[in-house]
This record gives sequence, C-alpha cells and structure tokens, in this order.
Amino acid sequence: MYQYDQHDQAMVDARVAEFRGQVARRLSGELTEDQFKPLRLKNGLYLQLHAYMLRVAVPYGTLNSQQMRTLGDIADKYDRGYGHFTTRQNIQFNWIKLSDTPEILEELAKVQLHAIQTSGNCIRNTTADHFAGAAADEVADPRPYAELLRQWSTFHPEFDYLPRKFKVAIIASETDRAAMRLHDIGIQIVKNEAGEIGCKFFAGGGMGRTPMIAPCIAEFVPALQMISFLEAALRVYNRHGRRDNKYKARIKILVHEIGVAEYRRQVEEEFAHILTLGLEPPPAELERIKAMFGDPGLEAGLSDDLDLTDPDFALWVDQNVDAHKQPGYAIVTVSLKPVGGIPGDASADQIRLLADLARDHSLDELRVTHAQNIVLPHVKKADLYGLWQTLEAAGLATPNLDLITDIIACPGLDYCALANARSIPLAQKITDRFADIGRQRDLGELKVKISGCINACGHHHAGHIGVLGVDRKGVENYQLSFGGAESADTSLGTITGPGFTEDGVVDAIEKATELYLARREEGERFLDTYRRIGMAPFKEAIYG
Amino acid sequence: MVELVLRYRDDEPVGDPAVTVDAFAAQANATAVRIEPGDDALALLPHLDRLALIEVNFPSFGDGRGYSAARSLRERGYAGELRAVGDVLVDQLSHMRRCGFDSFAPDKPISAEAAQAAFATWPEVYQKTVDGRAPIWAARHGVTQD
Amino acid sequence: MSETKIAVITGNELRTGDVIWWTGEGWSRHVDEAAAVDHDADGIIARENAKQVVTDTHVIDAFRGEDGTVRPAHIKDRIRALGPTVRLDLSLKPADPAAGNWVI
Repeated sequence: MYQYDQHDQAMVDARVAEFRGQVARRLSGELTEDQFKPLRLKNGLYLQLHAYMLRVAVPYGTLNSQQMRTLGDIADKYDRGYGHFTTRQNIQFNWIKLSDTPEILEELAKVQLHAIQTSGNCIRNTTADHFAGAAADEVADPRPYAELLRQWSTFHPEFDYLPRKFKVAIIASETDRAAMRLHDIGIQIVKNEAGEIGCKFFAGGGMGRTPMIAPCIAEFVPALQMISFLEAALRVYNRHGRRDNKYKARIKILVHEIGVAEYRRQVEEEFAHILTLGLEPPPAELERIKAMFGDPGLEAGLSDDLDLTDPDFALWVDQNVDAHKQPGYAIVTVSLKPVGGIPGDASADQIRLLADLARDHSLDELRVTHAQNIVLPHVKKADLYGLWQTLEAAGLATPNLDLITDIIACPGLDYCALANARSIPLAQKITDRFADIGRQRDLGELKVKISGCINACGHHHAGHIGVLGVDRKGVENYQLSFGGAESADTSLGTITGPGFTEDGVVDAIEKATELYLARREEGERFLDTYRRIGMAPFKEAIYG
Repeated sequence: MVELVLRYRDDEPVGDPAVTVDAFAAQANATAVRIEPGDDALALLPHLDRLALIEVNFPSFGDGRGYSAARSLRERGYAGELRAVGDVLVDQLSHMRRCGFDSFAPDKPISAEAAQAAFATWPEVYQKTVDGRAPIWAARHGVTQD
Repeated sequence: MSETKIAVITGNELRTGDVIWWTGEGWSRHVDEAAAVDHDADGIIARENAKQVVTDTHVIDAFRGEDGTVRPAHIKDRIRALGPTVRLDLSLKPADPAAGNWVI
C-alpha cells in the first residue's frame, strides 16, 4: 500500500502546525467560533451532542496494522476506549477534547494518518472498493487512482470553499461495491476496445433530502487525463453550484437543474482549456504509486483445501469469506454487527486485535467497508480456522455479512447534533428479533439501512429495507422504505406509508420478511421479490 | 504594522477606484474593475489588455467562487494586479495567493508579518496552478516547470 | 406532579466539549442545577461567550418539577443532559439501567 515520502510527510506535518496555531487562536479568542468552525471542520472536528467528535480519514478504506494499532491506542488515550467505523470508510472518535486535538493529529501524522478534509465544504475522503487488489473481477486496482486523487484534492487552493461537501468514489469493476453511483462524482476504471485504461465519470449522485443516482458525464477519459477532467468538473461546480440554500447546494442539484447535457458541455469546454495547462501529473507519478500496490507478498502454489467439519466455522466461511484471486487465499469480512451491539463500533482492544491479525495473517493490510465492517483481504486458507477461533473469542465472528442483522446505521440522536431520532436502539432491537442465524440465512441477502435524519448518513435510500428516523412533535418516529439498492442495479427506496414507533417498525419489518418468505420464487432475494410483486402486497401485510 | 492593502507587486498601484462590471462595460477608459461572486470573470477576457487592476469581492469568506475567478483569469493571461477584497482572513491567504491573487484588502486588516507567516504555511504543494510553484510530482520526477 | 416551564441556558465547554448548564453563578454538567433565565439570557450568553470558556451557548425550554429536577423540553436536550442511551456506562448515570427511559 501507499507509503508517504518526505513530501507527503511534510504536508501532514504542516497541517498539524497550522491547526495547532488555529486552536490557540480560538482558545485566546482571536478567532470567533464562526471563523474557527470551518477551519476545524476541515480537520474533521465536529461539535456533537456530548463532546467533540474527530473523524480520521482512512484513504480509500485501506490501513496497515501499525495504523490500526495507533487508532486503538488513540481510542484509549484520548477517547473512551472505542471507535466507530463509518459509511465512508473512515473512523470516528466521539469524546475528543479540542485542547487534545493538535496532539492527536501529531500522533496520527507519525503513522501517516490524518483528519484532513473529512468535513467542511471541500473534497472529502475518496472511497474505493473494499476488495480492491484482491477481487478477481477488477480491471485494475482502483487504489492508485484514488491515491492520485487524494493528493490532488488535498489542500487544493481553488476548491477549499465549495458550495457544499464533495464526495468521490472509485471502483474498477462492473460490480459496484462502493455505492459509486450515489456520490458527487463516481469513477469507474474501465478498459476500452484498444485495451487502454480510462475513467468512466458519473456526476450528481447522492442521498440526503433529494436522493439521486449519478448520470454518466463521460464514457471514457484516458487515465492520464483524470486529474484535468476533475479540475474541470469541480470548477464548473464551484462556479455554479447554488450557494443560496444549504439544502440545494450539492452538485446533484446543479446537474438536475441545468441538465446533464449542459453540465457535460460546460465541463468539456473547461476540460479542453485545462488540458492546455499541463496540470496532469506525469505518467511516472501514477507508475510510482502503482508500484506500491503490486503483489503484497502472496505465495504461489498454496492449497485451496479447507476443512469444514466444524459446522460453526463452516457457516462463518460460507457467509463471511469471499474468494481471492490467488489460489490458497481468501478475503475475510469481520463483522462489527454483533446481535444487540452497536453497528460499526469496535473497542480499543478489538481494534488492536484486528491490527495483530492483519500483521500476522493478512500481509499487514486491513480495509474498512462502507457497510461499517472490517476486511482482512489476504488470508491464507490454511490460517482461516485459527483466525476464526480468535475472532470468536473476541466477539468478532458474527457470521452475518449482508444478512438482515448486518445493519448499516448512523450514530443517530444518541450522538449526532443533526439527528431527529435514535438509530442505534432500533438496530439493536432488529438484530435481537432476528438473532437466530438459521432464520437470517433463510432470509438471505437483506440490506437494512437506518438513518436518524434526512441527511441519510445511514444510506437508507439505498437499503433493501430503509428506515428514516423523524421527529413527530418531539417524539421519535420511523419511516419505512423498500427497494433501495446500491450496486450496479442502483435504485432508491419507496416509502411504505405512515410512520411507526420504534417497536412498530420492528414488527413491520418482521411482517415484510414473512410476506417475502411466503411469496418468493426460486433464487429471489427480498429485493428481487419486492421488485417483482411491488409495494401493494407489502403495504397490505404491514398495515393490514 | 497593519496595512489596509497587502500588495506583492513591483509596479505602481492603480489610482482609479474599481468600478462594477456593468459600469466598466460603459466606460472605455476604466482600468480597474471589481467582480462579485456571481459575475462571470471570463466576460472580462476581451478587455484584459486595458485592465491594470481586477478586484474580486469576497462578501463572505465561505463563498469560494472568487478562487475560480482568479485562477481562470491568470490561466488566460491576465498579468495585472489581482486583488482579493472583503471578508478575507489570514487563513485564506495562502490558497488565494496560489490562485493568482497578488494583493489583498481585507475588511479586518492583517499585519504584513501575519501574512508572510500565512504564505509560508505550506512548504510544498500537491497541485500545479498559476503561482509558479513546482508541485510535489515535479520534484519527485525531475520535471521542470514550463 | 406539577411542573413549571422555564428557560435555561446550555452549551458546551470550549476546551472539552462537555455539555454544560448555566446555574446562575457558573456552569455545571448536571442539568438539575440549571437556573431559570429570563430577559437576562442574552446578556449572560454574551458575557460568558466573551470569556472564551464556553461555546454554542443557547436558551432552551425545560420543565422544573416539584422535586426541583429539571427536564429539558426536547428529547435531543434530554440526551445531551444524560449521555448516549446506548452507552449508559459513559453517561452521567452509569449505575442506573433505567436512565434511558427518562429521555423518552
């Protein structure tokens, strides 16, 4: 994976020094809160319900074991012993003191981590396929392109005060494992007929108040023009994105209002101009980065055999272990969704354990998925049983990947100042109701996503079952939706009808699953049955 | 010492006040214009040769349109004074300079020393832009600026 | 039990982010010590903000019970007063398993 050179290190160190100065100026009163707030947001520091929250970037979801261990140590030293992995592959610490933040950023910088631009109206962490470098279906590893994009977007002087936040995702396969079409800009790395690598660009996707699926704005931009195209796309947005209304300021509104053809035209015009300026890094830079994402040390000729006589182990393998492109290896997804637990949370001890397992059994690498789980991407099949036993003992072997209890939930009103309702207690009740693993596997792939407010950080629009928490005269209430999907068949969910109490929505979900079981045809997931039979039968089952 | 205008050019400052874009279109001898965030800076392209000063107004530091205006003007050959005015804080100076601004008239004056410290915030830069600084990728691969 | 509707001032401690309540003399982490404010609220907020020790200070509605306890009117402020309902061990009432019910 990518290693900083002295230039990258100088940049994060300069940022730490800059922020140290800004904190001092805030504490002395030289900066008002209005002046300081955008500056601290650009360093990922929010003021939440109970304390400051720090969002640390995990660039394209990839970490090494030393970085993971440091995150565990920071959780102990500066927080209250745990961290929360997010739907953008980052990690959040919920109990941070402003006065500690410069030290925290300094400790992060020592292991090539930072909190740069993880909030604010700027380009955020670029996310990528969490199976990158291990999946058999990728055209190329998307992460070198993501790293190139990370550097280009870091402290970009023109795009530091955009109309609103800007999120980019990169994939390199037809299967979209990163919800790419639901980003401000999505990039799919593709090969053209001549076998050349390029970028298929999408722009104007997103969730929130007005969810939209990003339309294609360029079928093929040569890989070595990716940065120039991005400059053009961002400039058009910076100039023309709305600034009169915070809820209409994302690029999806601009693309929708002027039309994709007009946005495309303006970008192409600007792109032609930018190409004359020589802004693109040379091919040698992409090659330099790619060299760090080569073979991580995979051994050849290893056995693909696996002893599955232990039924619990076999179940976990079946559910949470995916095929690796290299024989003898496997991709392990560690679930952070134990029954009754808090989705995406991990204790400092669990984080350090995962760091050790990555060092010893995954060629020193981990991934964070946008579903708030952790991936160990390069595990020898021969090591799987021992790994599973260790995970079991630590409460990290829940065999529920993509099942109904593998819930994506935002922190909700328990933590977040923007929320209208709590989301975590609801997730806990749902997992308790469906705790039986046999029942879960019978239901099969069923993606439940819960957001505590319209900002949709829980991605509820993209849930096969989505739940949106609302405030109904000071009382928490929940809207239910079906039919959202985030993969190549991206679709947005449809609301079922009137909202529910917390217990009511758990019952409604159960009734929906019972209808699915009664009506499904061979091979159909919940989503497929819903798409085939439509909302009406579900509505009848739920509201009677 | 606190200056009302921080200026980083060797030539003489323009004496005339900057007029609005509309007034500029009507005055053949105006040499200074002020653009607002919603103005199209490129509308000035036909007149660059008679402009000695372009002011870009930042009514609110959070409105970043002026950065694109400035950089676009420099990219298309404007070599006169490019001044950021309005709600300009010391924390924005470095990025503004990188976008081509060479003078600053903040509502709340900034000392020359604080400005110099701000310009020195970044020992290196990741992006090639109009300020002539070699980006990190150039240093890595021995590419000289053209 | 009859309650009196009152207005109280809340905010966060600037350095630590701790939720705090204006007691009439200073700031406390315990909502029951919150003092009722009236027209004096703006003045208190301006004066306290200027000391650079508190941030995001604002007035909220609450109810004072006969027993003197204070219950913020909005669920969000009740959660602020207590702590996360899903981690009562990290809240101000770690020993009270029913503390979460007070929030609803």
